[in-house]
Amino acid sequence: MYRLTTRTRAGTATAIAALVLVVAGLALPAIASRGVIQDLFFILTMLTLAQIWNLLAGYGGLVSVGQQAFVGLGAYAMFAGVILLGWNPVWAIPLGGLAALVLAVPTAFFAFRLQGAYFAIGTWVIAEVTRLLVAQWKTLGGGTGTSLPREATSNIVGTDMIRTLFSVREAAARDILAYWLALVLVVAVTGGIYWLLRSRLGLALAAVRDNVEAARSVGVDAGRIKWAVFLIAAAATGLTGALIFMQTARISPDAAFAVTDWTAYVIFIVVIGGIGTIEGPILGVIVFFVLRSALADYGSWYLMTLGLIAITVMLFAPKGLWGLISARSGLHLFPVRRKLVGLKIEGGNG
Amino acid sequence: MIWLDTLVQGILLGGLYALFAAGLSLVFGIMRLVNLAHGDLIVFAAYLVLMGVTMLGLSPWIAALVAMPLMFGLGWLLQTVVLNRVLGKDILPPLLVTFGLSVALQNGLLEAFSADSRRIPAGSLEGASLNLGLVTVGVMPLLTFASAIAVIVALNGLFYHTALGRAFRATSDDAVTAGLMGIEPKRIFAMATGIAMVVVTIAALYLGMRSNFDPSIGPARLIYAFEAVIIGGLGSLWGTLAGGVIIGVAQTFGASVNPEWQILAGHIAFLIVMLLKPRGLFPRAVD
Repeated sequence: MYRLTTRTRAGTATAIAALVLVVAGLALPAIASRGVIQDLFFILTMLTLAQIWNLLAGYGGLVSVGQQAFVGLGAYAMFAGVILLGWNPVWAIPLGGLAALVLAVPTAFFAFRLQGAYFAIGTWVIAEVTRLLVAQWKTLGGGTGTSLPREATSNIVGTDMIRTLFSVREAAARDILAYWLALVLVVAVTGGIYWLLRSRLGLALAAVRDNVEAARSVGVDAGRIKWAVFLIAAAATGLTGALIFMQTARISPDAAFAVTDWTAYVIFIVVIGGIGTIEGPILGVIVFFVLRSALADYGSWYLMTLGLIAITVMLFAPKGLWGLISARSGLHLFPVRRKLVGLKIEGGNG
Repeated sequence: MIWLDTLVQGILLGGLYALFAAGLSLVFGIMRLVNLAHGDLIVFAAYLVLMGVTMLGLSPWIAALVAMPLMFGLGWLLQTVVLNRVLGKDILPPLLVTFGLSVALQNGLLEAFSADSRRIPAGSLEGASLNLGLVTVGVMPLLTFASAIAVIVALNGLFYHTALGRAFRATSDDAVTAGLMGIEPKRIFAMATGIAMVVVTIAALYLGMRSNFDPSIGPARLIYAFEAVIIGGLGSLWGTLAGGVIIGVAQTFGASVNPEWQILAGHIAFLIVMLLKPRGLFPRAVD
């Protein structure tokens, strides 16, 4: 008897470590300061966006430069839910995912007609069009943007419990709630992508990325898989966008649809860490945050450095930092490679 | 006759966009390179021209002439040292490298020149206009359009009537076979990017003289340029002009309905063309 497995010892160890980390992360607000929680919120949301972009570009071969469309629309849909429908901000977050999903359908119809570079530019143009259209939405502040109303931010679901639990003030409780939601989201997105890659769909995805014709010839429906990946990525990006702007409680088209914040940084994180791996974005976001903290006092030098590092990595280590580590050590923390076990090769002398 | 005036202004505006796009079209057509830093390179060249004007006291035209060889050298170096290493079947590496370059350039310019918006002084040309009977047009837009046509004629001349142009076309069609015929694709690419940067300098001159600029405006110019290239079709420079004009006309008509719709109308024109003709209007090369 033999079977296919992706399980390795490193993979099991990672799973246990991840579980411990998540539990520790949930308990962290008990001891951490508000600043730490805000930093972690930033790290977790950027990591979520990086994992999603990595799924699109690194696994799906869909190099989108327009993910800010889904961040922005998700955030605006959440604001619309709160301001126009009077929903609680937490319940309005799924609305952000839904709106992004709805936008992704016509976007995919349009962008999938375009190849390679055209696809990248096409998605960017759609993001710009979305930004310009949203800027016309006068009830949500038009071009200057708006804030979440005081009565909405003061009674967000769960903040009362957090206030009594950690005896913190209202604004800090909101940060803790946002942090918990970000933690749940990053675990769901990373776990979901990992599950996807180990499933049949993931195998098909890798086949399509590596060679579309060969994948088609063995019966993989390349078009359907790209659609699935694009829609899943859009919805998850929309949720993340809604969560990010629930925490800031203030929105404007320029901030919500910023190509630098929601696409350029995200791409740098993935590239520096290592594209096409789940470990890469995790390593990348740590490097990104350390650089950001170290160079925080130098204003735009920081971004310049980040851009130059991304170029250097692309030139000399195209598989990123994790690629270097993995090539030297053979380590895979999230193994997706299928192996045959229990197979005994016999014969040859009969 | 307002619509005629809008149309003429739109066509002339298209000339500016064609200038933005011509260098991009050249590079994209020859090596399929998506240079996401193109807009920022235009802004960089505009600062270079501005420095020639303010620090050396040159006229803008002379300053641009001085900037051209510098920009050629920069383009040649950029291609040789960086971009040639990442060109290949996969479009992701060059895309990411130029994205990195774009962010680095924007912030480098911000550090060097601050976020203040600047303008290249053009003297008496700034407000001058010509009465053509039915419509009145500004001298500056007219000059921009004429320059766009001159640039495209010159590039087409280079493309179809010189040995270098033959090498460009051969490499564009099939780099491997061109290599077998004694053409070194990487050197050809370096020349192409150098020439594209000369065109970028001309575009920067008009960008800087016609409107205010600051370090952050590059990406928007990149999008207009890319739309013009894609509407026109891969490898067709006249197509790029047509693409620029389509976007320019859409923008002026959009603006005449509601000033807030100017940019939106241009993008929507692009989306409509892409829906009808995904390969653009006049594709020359097969991709």
